Amino acid sequence: MNATPSSNDFILQVEHLSMKFGGLVAIGDLTFQARRGEITALIGPNGAGKTTVFNCITGFYKPTEGMITLNKRDGSTYLLERLPNHEIPARAKVARTFQNIRLFSGMTLLENLLVAQHNKLMKASGYTFLGLFGFPSYRQASAESIELARHWLEKANLVDRADDPAGDLPYGAQRRLEIARAMCTGPELLCLDEPAAGLNPKESAALNELLMDIKNNTGTSILLIEHDMSVVMQISDHVVVLEYGRKISDGNPESVRTDPRVIAAYLGVDDEEVQEVLTEVGDEDVIEQLDTGPDAAHGPGNSASMMAGPVSDSVEHADEGERVTVSKGASKAAQIDARATSVASKPTPAAKPAAKSSAAKAEPKKAAAKTPAAKASGPSKGKEAAPKPAAGKRGGRK
Amino acid sequence: MAATVSSERDAVATPVQRAFREALYAGAISLGLFVLFIGLRTDQNISNELILVQRWGLLAIVVAAVTVGRFLYVAYAVPAMERSRAEKAAVPAVVAEPGFVRRNFNKIGATLLILYPIAMVLFFGFQGSLKWVDNFGIQILIYVMLAWGLNIVIGLAGLLDLGYVAFYAVGAYAYALLGTHYGLSFWILLPAAGAMAAFWGVMLGFPVLRLRGDYLAIVTLAFGEIIRLVLINWREVTNGSAGISGIPKVSFFGLMSFNVSDPNYIAKVLHITQSGAYYKIFLYYLILALCFLTAFVTIRLRRLPVGRAWEALREDEIACRSLGINTTTTKLTAFATGAMFGGFAGSFFAARQGFVSPESFVFLESAIILAIVVLGGMGSLGGIAVAALVMIGGTEILRELDFLKAVFGPDFTPELYRMLLFGMAMVIVMLWKPRGFVGSREPTAFLKERRAVSASFTKEGHG
Repeated sequence: MNATPSSNDFILQVEHLSMKFGGLVAIGDLTFQARRGEITALIGPNGAGKTTVFNCITGFYKPTEGMITLNKRDGSTYLLERLPNHEIPARAKVARTFQNIRLFSGMTLLENLLVAQHNKLMKASGYTFLGLFGFPSYRQASAESIELARHWLEKANLVDRADDPAGDLPYGAQRRLEIARAMCTGPELLCLDEPAAGLNPKESAALNELLMDIKNNTGTSILLIEHDMSVVMQISDHVVVLEYGRKISDGNPESVRTDPRVIAAYLGVDDEEVQEVLTEVGDEDVIEQLDTGPDAAHGPGNSASMMAGPVSDSVEHADEGERVTVSKGASKAAQIDARATSVASKPTPAAKPAAKSSAAKAEPKKAAAKTPAAKASGPSKGKEAAPKPAAGKRGGRK
Repeated sequence: MAATVSSERDAVATPVQRAFREALYAGAISLGLFVLFIGLRTDQNISNELILVQRWGLLAIVVAAVTVGRFLYVAYAVPAMERSRAEKAAVPAVVAEPGFVRRNFNKIGATLLILYPIAMVLFFGFQGSLKWVDNFGIQILIYVMLAWGLNIVIGLAGLLDLGYVAFYAVGAYAYALLGTHYGLSFWILLPAAGAMAAFWGVMLGFPVLRLRGDYLAIVTLAFGEIIRLVLINWREVTNGSAGISGIPKVSFFGLMSFNVSDPNYIAKVLHITQSGAYYKIFLYYLILALCFLTAFVTIRLRRLPVGRAWEALREDEIACRSLGINTTTTKLTAFATGAMFGGFAGSFFAARQGFVSPESFVFLESAIILAIVVLGGMGSLGGIAVAALVMIGGTEILRELDFLKAVFGPDFTPELYRMLLFGMAMVIVMLWKPRGFVGSREPTAFLKERRAVSASFTKEGHG
């Protein structure tokens, strides 16, 4: 970020990515980069849109707006949002795992890893025809693929169970097998969706070891969604934090850990403070909403969208296309921003009347848009204004 | 049942006492159920008036049978089963070494099938063997081949296809039409019929690719009906429901013919006595060879990437896409391969019958083939062959059970009950073995040893 490295240093560049489900914005204007050979972590509270970002990158969703560029080691570049789903792993070499493990449970471990080498073997078997007649070229390719599978089974410490059905494995082993299966596709970028979810500390450590091994020995870059902060802080080189579909922080683990916006996003701020802050900004709508609950006209309503969670960030007016926040108190990071701006604007009395005008509706959003500028001054002033630094340590541990 | 009925009072009652009580309940229920079904019967008398026939004797026999049956079941069968279960649980589970028959099941089966016509001829003579080779041997093998073809679509790829008989029809009509109009030989038309059925498999595949589960089943069902209705209504070409007759017989690769009038009739060439059985025996070996071809291709394909992709598709389609497998072409190849074998079987069917009509390609055929696949255990060739033997052979053998007439009276025709028995057999097998005769799955590759994968891990696919 500081310098501007050549684009080939970045394996993945996500620019202005937006994903909307109907009027619901799951990801709004997200921009981040993942460096080659690094482990980039994507974190954020539940419902922040992390998995949606993954689904956009791996082609399960077509993004509404934005560009996702993948730069391969050999210099070729792929625009992932334009590739069909199955060509993203096949040609752009992006492999992924799933939050709820998706193994071929009725097939053995070895078969799972052989299926992952489908495209290579398909070519070797002459698109089935040569293989059907038992040509030796296929037999050789088949033996090689078994060797590769054995290699990854050994790495994942599963080689003893190679001939057991995948559904028979304990949970932690299934997670490792899914990573091994993804690695068998020979990926340049490996996307892991919560690989440490449900693992005990010992399994979690084994996972860290496997990921570090992949990073150091294969040249595969890793993009990782994770809630387990011990994993994130230990192994990631770069952390991107999402909240309500927007990036609220981006940097190395240390800087993210102490970012008050991140802490607020994870731990929240006290209700009284919210009201305090919002009254300071002069947003009467929000004060009203805090008393009466969400406005039905602007709320998510009976949306069938999978993203229609408890609080959604914003909806779009069908008639105007103007975006309006549903619950302005929802984004904790925006509250921190608002507080920062309010602290900053206090000395200047002119700011208050402006905020009270009809344009005030857009105020919190503007504050969010100002993020980069506000960020520089935000933390220091925020610390003065609120007794939050103590909470900062807690947030880091979570 | 026993568990639900037994309450605290039952805890003190002996099994015989409890059985007595339950037998009385069962008798009362059956009396209530059957009093109108069996006790009274409406009939017409000689002057076409509706009369009521009273059959109290029969009703008494049925109710008594139910009562005694329930008594014996609760008093003796249930305790005996519990005892044997307890004994089994007490003995540590030993993994039984599969017996000789189990281990060499496929080889023994293949040998028996090859020797079957010879044995029949030896036992019954040429004329007597006709029935056994044709009605049993060929009939069962046609269904074995159809079920193995459908197994690729359902058992491997997990796509529920209820219109499989459409491809059978395409193959049969392809041979019937091209054979009668252009006089082309069976040996040219067999691959042509297969290719045409595969083409229609792809045609069906394209629109249904996006559908899953129930929706896929309904669309394939509709496709099967469309093909049948086209065959009925496109009279200029298919001759409507009258069907096509005079379909040429298969020749022995053009060297020998099975038409008595031909100069190279087999009896004349080989200087043996004239008999219709030669043709049937030849057809038997032909369909057997086609079955072996199907089995060989299926076994080979499973070890190739495309076969593994089919099974992976059955297990988890989304994971397949995340691994770079083109699910569209994979599904299409499954449809096409399955349809191709259906087409082969269809052209054989046309050659064997010498006559085709839309009557032969009704939905019931699809349902029977599907039932065979499910009963046999999806994905297992051996299990499916056994299921076809039981289902088709079983219904055929009902025709032979003349002694039942002695029991139930001269106007009893066992064939009429075959669908009832078919249904009962399916219910029993599904209760006893929910995943079919052979539920386990043979892995296609192994590092150290090949171990069958238990049915509890494999999935049926979601369409």
